[in-house]
Amino acid sequence: MIDNFLLLFQAPTIIVQTAIDGILIGAILALAAYGMALVWGVMNIINIVQGELVILGGYITLTVANATGIHPLWTIPISALVMYFIGYGIYKIVIHRVVDQDMFISILATFGISIILQQLMDQIFGADIQSADTGFDTWGFLDDAITLSQIHVISLVVVIVLAIFLVTYLKRSKMGRAIRATSQDARAARIMGVDTDHVYATTYALNAAICGAAGALVVMTWIIHPFLGLAYTVRSFLIVIVAGLGNMFGVIVAGLGLGAAEQYASFLLGIEFRVAFVFLLMVVILIWRNILLGKERKYLK
Amino acid sequence: MNNNMIKYIVIGIAGILAPIVFANFQVQLGFLWLMVLFALTWDTQGGQMGYNSFGNILFFGLGMYVCATVQIGLVYDVAEYTAAAGLNSGRLNGDQYLTGLALGMGAGAVVAVIVAAIIGSGILGLRGHYFAIGTLGLGIAFGEIFAGWDYVGAGSGLAPPPFPDELDFLGGRNMFFYYIFFALAVAAFFTLKKLYASRFGLAINAIRDDEDKAEAMGLRTVRYKTISWCISAFFLALAGGPLGMLVGFIDPRETAFAGITFGIWMVLMAILGGKGTIWGPVIGAVIFHVTQEIFWSFLLGWQRVAMGVLIVVIVVFFPRGIMGWLRDTWPDRYGEKIDESVPQEGAAE
Repeated sequence: MIDNFLLLFQAPTIIVQTAIDGILIGAILALAAYGMALVWGVMNIINIVQGELVILGGYITLTVANATGIHPLWTIPISALVMYFIGYGIYKIVIHRVVDQDMFISILATFGISIILQQLMDQIFGADIQSADTGFDTWGFLDDAITLSQIHVISLVVVIVLAIFLVTYLKRSKMGRAIRATSQDARAARIMGVDTDHVYATTYALNAAICGAAGALVVMTWIIHPFLGLAYTVRSFLIVIVAGLGNMFGVIVAGLGLGAAEQYASFLLGIEFRVAFVFLLMVVILIWRNILLGKERKYLK
Repeated sequence: MNNNMIKYIVIGIAGILAPIVFANFQVQLGFLWLMVLFALTWDTQGGQMGYNSFGNILFFGLGMYVCATVQIGLVYDVAEYTAAAGLNSGRLNGDQYLTGLALGMGAGAVVAVIVAAIIGSGILGLRGHYFAIGTLGLGIAFGEIFAGWDYVGAGSGLAPPPFPDELDFLGGRNMFFYYIFFALAVAAFFTLKKLYASRFGLAINAIRDDEDKAEAMGLRTVRYKTISWCISAFFLALAGGPLGMLVGFIDPRETAFAGITFGIWMVLMAILGGKGTIWGPVIGAVIFHVTQEIFWSFLLGWQRVAMGVLIVVIVVFFPRGIMGWLRDTWPDRYGEKIDESVPQEGAAE
């Protein structure tokens, strides 16, 4: 670990390289986190199944790309659309029964769904690590001392486009207005004639579609595996508690920051401790924020 | 001799005779008592104190690893032993095995209680869902750390020494460990029953009902919360060591820190039986374990999917559990009087 630390200073390009890699990955994490913040803010549910939805989106991309032979990049809308309907289905079958209940019940219920999805993916797609071949090259700078893989840059562009689309949708469309109204006060929205059940269903489905797009990017830039989901859930959760609900800009900054922090951690501690780092970081941030609040005799709510 | 005594004696005799009568199911029966212990110790936080922990499995895994390393470490060099995993399966003689097991269980319990006391003071300050997710993260993080730590075999796991043949007079490996789990579950049951009836029980119930008020009344809530976690940690760690030896192989993610199996099951079993009661977790654990064994037998390959479905069904349709249902159906048997002239809560709907 100390060797790696010293290596950072002997080769400054590694510092830059790690930061760039981390930030580009962080953009995808921010996308998934925004979906989680949306569901959390509107429906008051912490969606533990988030990570599994991301992974499932990856598998859909992979399946479609392999079956039709089109480039994985063009399967992003397909993956998002399929995930939209899957999300709608999950809402109609389970989530709408727990949406008004205690948050602990919804955490457990979504945890249960995540176990179902994990095991289903394991049965259907197999337990191998998979990844989509995009055929993109990498750009080298400074005599290839710093490399920039094209797919990472493309994924960043896709994330930005999706973010702009989402913000516009929530600001301008009629449904977006209904979603914002419900998140402010569900009861008042219901009195004003908003079909909150439909709003919840749409929000959850929209979140699943966001996850589908994020998953498509994950499978192109990285790897997927049926049991990797929980790490994405925790990453999303971590980003949301740092950024706060409904704060798109904060989510993006926290996402990029988490990506970079993770990349440095896996360089310094070794790749095998990467997931442990993410989980411990979450615990530490939670406790730290709580201790800060504790000085004013308050606690995290 | 009152009703309760008869109940205990019947269960006690059944527990002692079960592995002899059903000799083919000794391992499953041992697991049954382990599940009872899981549910009981989870309920100390989740049911009685209102702190829904997803990370109690952490102490179970710690106990398992500490016990196995102590047992190995008394005879071999642990690093060499794990490096040669499988090739040089270390044999211990009977004395070494039992000494190692006893010392290991003790050491595991001590380590787990210390860890619970240290991290408890920080993480038990979190409330509600933050506590739930925080503990979930903690349990998985420990699994990942052990999965990357070469000294204890990293991701390829750790194989404790096999049960020595010369100890067969104890009834064989399965029966020996069955009685350990049985004893632990019984000890946990009576310890917790005693505690719930004492000032400690009232204090943690007060924390569940309204922590701020409890604190305002002068209860040292942090101390009570930490003690409660330490008690759970103590029993879980004691159970961890024997389980590692019974299974014969410790996988960091699947056996020791099995957050998505044991870790979530202990929550489910307590909820299925009824949170916040002493018999609820026991009943829940028995029903859950039997159901799970049926799934394993008849749905091979799909049993884990079925477990997920079961979790969702229990949580969505049965959040008050069996004890809650009994209490709703026959309230007078539980000393609750319902005044029919007053409209009941929710009756207007």
